Amino acid sequence: MNLVVTDLTQRFAGTTVLDRLSLATGDIRALVLVGPSGGGKTTLLRILAGLDLPVAGRVAFAGRELPRDEVGLQAYRKTVGTVFQAYNLFPHLSALDNLLLPLVQVHKLSAAAARERVREPLERFGLAAHAHKRPAELSGGQKQRIAILRALVVQPACLFLDEPTSALDPEMAAEVLDMIQELKLQGTRFVLVTHEMQFARRAADEIAFIGDGRVLAHGSAAEMFTNCPQPRVRAFFQRILP
Amino acid sequence: MPRWLAHLLVVVLLAALVALAFARVDYAWNWPAVWAYREKFLQGWLTTIAMSLAALVVSSLIGILASLCLQSKRPLLEAVGRVYVELIRGTPLLVQLLIGFYVIANAVGLENRYVVGVLVLSLFSGAYMAEIFRGGLAAIPTTQRDAARAIGLTPWQSLRFVILPQAIRLVLPPVAGQLVSLIKDSSLLSVIAIAEFTLSAQEVNAFTYSTLECYLPLAAGYLLLTLPLSALARWLERRFHYES
Repeated sequence: MNLVVTDLTQRFAGTTVLDRLSLATGDIRALVLVGPSGGGKTTLLRILAGLDLPVAGRVAFAGRELPRDEVGLQAYRKTVGTVFQAYNLFPHLSALDNLLLPLVQVHKLSAAAARERVREPLERFGLAAHAHKRPAELSGGQKQRIAILRALVVQPACLFLDEPTSALDPEMAAEVLDMIQELKLQGTRFVLVTHEMQFARRAADEIAFIGDGRVLAHGSAAEMFTNCPQPRVRAFFQRILP
Repeated sequence: MPRWLAHLLVVVLLAALVALAFARVDYAWNWPAVWAYREKFLQGWLTTIAMSLAALVVSSLIGILASLCLQSKRPLLEAVGRVYVELIRGTPLLVQLLIGFYVIANAVGLENRYVVGVLVLSLFSGAYMAEIFRGGLAAIPTTQRDAARAIGLTPWQSLRFVILPQAIRLVLPPVAGQLVSLIKDSSLLSVIAIAEFTLSAQEVNAFTYSTLECYLPLAAGYLLLTLPLSALARWLERRFHYES
């Protein structure tokens, strides 16, 4: 994905959340952002996903700069997908209609073409039987898998996932992580914020440790989990890894 | 005890009490005198329905505009919305009707009292509608707007496909409740001589001196409209509560 972030700064109500954060990845498929809560992971992800504008700094994907105005960002958001911690499905629409809405209204597919597009993914991830249910009738794991499909069926250049399993019990979290792993094997590029360190280790091409609004360490999974030179990062992993 | 039985019991007990009270009053009933004017009652009843429905439509439009004003970031628009809502909700409809008809409509040369009646009633109800709509929009979590933006919807599409469908479900029950209030409030239109249901009863009373025979059917006529509407409002509330 060749993500290059330069001096990214974000403030909310006077509080600096991202403090001249810089990061450059290789041409990888999966970047995982880890680190303590409140460190700026979600804020960074929202900027990467084109949902928020930073107060300063630049972001470039594969050499292309992110737009800096809402109109440009809206066009950019059509080319990527975002998955939220709380699913954020549209409660008044069935699971199927949640998937069709972006295809028909944003990507201008015909209703028939849109249905054809979602049929196979729904079946592959065992959701076809639930397609006509409203979100309130789905389990947490099913909701999140539908939310991932909603972001995925538009064939985005990159998927941004913000703690997609934090609201789920371990079994449902496993369903969702398996799905992400399968997507990775099929070539989907993604940036993932997570606290699931075992999964991070397995799925990440590179891991960035975000804390205090900066990148405190960045490298391959192996480099990060064993003998990271940063004492704070080492302490973090030692505390949470078995 | 099943719920319907409880309701029936309360209604029967209440009816018995009222019947007892009426039995103790020495009153010479004269139903035939009033029955002769049944056409007039029906006309008035239909006028009440028509005026209330017209006011519901117009007040919905006013309410939407006013709720947009209330949420506007421009101080002047917000002020217009706030002053309108507080002024209307803080003063009696009776005064608004009298000033609206005898002063304002007169000043601008609007002579059709039915049009003036619907307009004043709509302005009155619109202030309540504004708060209903504002509350409905505010109840949609910002995460829904986020999700709509994330899938690439434009602000207009987000309103059209995500926010409004949910907000409308939320405001339908209170809007049905507002229609109940509108129907009862429309009785005040009699003060500007609109021949609606209440004025019919007042006139027939003046012809026949049969006060109770005029006003009891009046109450029944309003209940005939408001009870089904209340039931509808409760049903809507249950139905949409389950879905969210």
